[in-house]
Amino acid sequence: MATTSIAEKSSAQLDLQDRLKRYLTAATQYVAVPIVGILVFMMLWSAAAKNIETSLGNFPGPAAVIEQFGSLYEEHKAEREKEGAFYERQEKRNAERVAADPTYEARVRPYTGKETFLDQIFTSLKTVMAGFLAAAAIAVPLGIAIGLSKTLNTAVNPIIQIFKPVSPLAWLPLVTMVVSALYVTPDPVVPKAFINSMITVTLCCLWPMVINTAVGVASIDSDLVNVSKVLRLPALKHVQKIVLPASVPMIFTGMRLSLGIAWMVLIAAEMLAQNPGLGKFVWDEFQNGSSNSLARIMTAILTIGFIGFLLDRAMLEIQKFVSWDKASVSR
Amino acid sequence: MFPHSEFIQSAARKVCALAIAAVVSTSVFAAELGYPEKEELTFGFIKLTDMAPIAIAYENGYFEDEGLYVTIEAQANWKVLLDGVIDGRLDGAHMLAGQPLAATIGYGTEAHIITPFSMDLNGNGITVSNDIWEQMKVNVPKMDDGRPVHPIKADALKPVVDAYREEGKPFNMGMVFPVSTHNYELRYWLAAGGIHPGFYAPHKGDTSGQIEAEALLSVTPPPQMPATLEAGTIYGYCVGEPWNQQAVFKGIGVPVITDYEIWKDNPEKVFGITAEFAEKYPNTTVRLVRAMIRAAIWLDENDNANRPAAVKILSQSNYVGADYDVIANSMTGTFEYEKGDKRSVPDFNVFFRYNATYPYYSDAIWYLTQMRRWGQISEDKSDDWYKDTAAKVYRPDIYTVAAKSLIDEGIVDPAGFPNFDTETGFKPEQTTFIDGITYDGTKPNEYIDKFPIGLKNGDSI
Repeated sequence: MATTSIAEKSSAQLDLQDRLKRYLTAATQYVAVPIVGILVFMMLWSAAAKNIETSLGNFPGPAAVIEQFGSLYEEHKAEREKEGAFYERQEKRNAERVAADPTYEARVRPYTGKETFLDQIFTSLKTVMAGFLAAAAIAVPLGIAIGLSKTLNTAVNPIIQIFKPVSPLAWLPLVTMVVSALYVTPDPVVPKAFINSMITVTLCCLWPMVINTAVGVASIDSDLVNVSKVLRLPALKHVQKIVLPASVPMIFTGMRLSLGIAWMVLIAAEMLAQNPGLGKFVWDEFQNGSSNSLARIMTAILTIGFIGFLLDRAMLEIQKFVSWDKASVSR
Repeated sequence: MFPHSEFIQSAARKVCALAIAAVVSTSVFAAELGYPEKEELTFGFIKLTDMAPIAIAYENGYFEDEGLYVTIEAQANWKVLLDGVIDGRLDGAHMLAGQPLAATIGYGTEAHIITPFSMDLNGNGITVSNDIWEQMKVNVPKMDDGRPVHPIKADALKPVVDAYREEGKPFNMGMVFPVSTHNYELRYWLAAGGIHPGFYAPHKGDTSGQIEAEALLSVTPPPQMPATLEAGTIYGYCVGEPWNQQAVFKGIGVPVITDYEIWKDNPEKVFGITAEFAEKYPNTTVRLVRAMIRAAIWLDENDNANRPAAVKILSQSNYVGADYDVIANSMTGTFEYEKGDKRSVPDFNVFFRYNATYPYYSDAIWYLTQMRRWGQISEDKSDDWYKDTAAKVYRPDIYTVAAKSLIDEGIVDPAGFPNFDTETGFKPEQTTFIDGITYDGTKPNEYIDKFPIGLKNGDSI
């Protein structure tokens, strides 16, 4: 009795030790190693920055960038205060005007001040999401159709192959002109600039999603297809019960790829077309050429990178959540 | 001679209607000038210090005082800005004086643009790279303390350009737009020193402006000038502030002359809107001019006392965005030529003094004469054509309505304005050009014939 208890105890101890050890190795592997990596990178960056002299002063090191994060946040807060005052003044002016001229329909106009860095992050996110969703709405049904029908695949394939390698930025001038020509409303709900960026993003998201979906659908295990045939599932049911679940991993692989590209393209499109967003922020700072400009651009770059990383992780989680075959999703 | 009765009539009708509507109103203000027809406006600008009246009118609440809610947007370059005004994306913009004129006569994109408000005098400079300055410096006379004598004429640059040409190397310089003040100023300066800046021949489809050129001029957007100079693509440029002072700060170039020295108190930027806008929204037009007149007064009052505050606003990243010190250099009455050679130029930027905001016909005609001189206008035009074109684009009538209403309300002092009863819109003969040639706005054709380099009456390419 006693011996077994000791044995149990020692085995429990061993177990604990073992687990602790495993935790520690995991901790070193997943926490300490990346931290060391980041620290080394920071040191290299800082050292390199000191030695790169530009006409706008030294290349920004980590300290300058951290300072800019702070000052951009301060600017954001100050702008919000100004916004509050703006609405207050407007309310007062509207009330005066209504008192003087009862027929006047007082409206509250949106704030006319500048977009802060935070606002621009949200503008970019909104644009990329809108473009991405529009692309998904087109690409997934199209991909399924192509995957199911060999004939359609052969017909559409050359077109896809030709448009796929085109940088969406090449489309930008055409998109801008077409949008200006077709989107003519006196009081647009969404600004033209937004539509331009969105369509550019959509164009670049389209192809990886179409191709991956089609491949996913075409390569469904023939056993599954046979099951469907045996059960004599109608076409729609076949897609819903067999095709979609089976090709979800591939569809999401395409989506992840697309979103990554979309985020990169959006920044470039914003720079080129002067559409509001992070790309415009970078370009404006480049044009300003002030002593803070380089550090601010670096701040934007880190932000862009971090958001890109978050978007990718989010897609990965969604992909894991909807896949039946968890093992197929990794990294 | 200048039929703008329509505008005055329509404004007057509005005033009458409102006067009746507002009999019971307690606000005298609204009875005198109607409420704006369009309240939400978007104005464009290029990152230059002379956009200041727009920024100040916004920041000091002058636009809001007029019931206008203005959004101010920086534009990538002058072409994008002009297209924005033409297609209605922008309601108005900070423009080069030549832009409304060129658009109206159909040089480049054709559209009827008008200007009821002139934004400033002077404010530009010509900068050359350090290397060119070293070569040109030997030809410049020196003062006792060893500093060069200003103004420096292009005569000092001529041997350098000749040397480049002998070696078969093109001598490239940058300016900001084909119809920009800077293009004409740079050409004026070069030609006054015997360097041919080249002709345009739009009727033959040649809009490069490099026919017979000794110095080849090309377009670069203002904020990119320093970077382009640094890259060695151009050897010098003519641009507005802060981009000359930026070159000094960055240590990449030396400003050799300001436009104040090429033509004292030359008209520079204007505020451009479409003729359609002015017609459709007469009250809004008058009101935005009122706001900008107040901003211009604020910028110049008490001997530039508000300039440091203005510089602080301009250095915000959504306006000009350059460092405070760079902008302050020229905005606060000094100009730094070579690093350390800071001289006093109190009138380098004038926003209100000397009737800077009044849109003079004679200023418009000067730009038209230069367009003819360099071939952008390819054939002879009569003196009357010059006057009619000027009157189509420059609209002192709107300015007068705005200024008078401000005076009547006691907001501004009438002493700062021209006498509206006698003002003809033509400045008296001007004699302050670097080459000593006199300019009389009433005789454009006679003026064109005075230049040794340039097209004269009867010439064509």
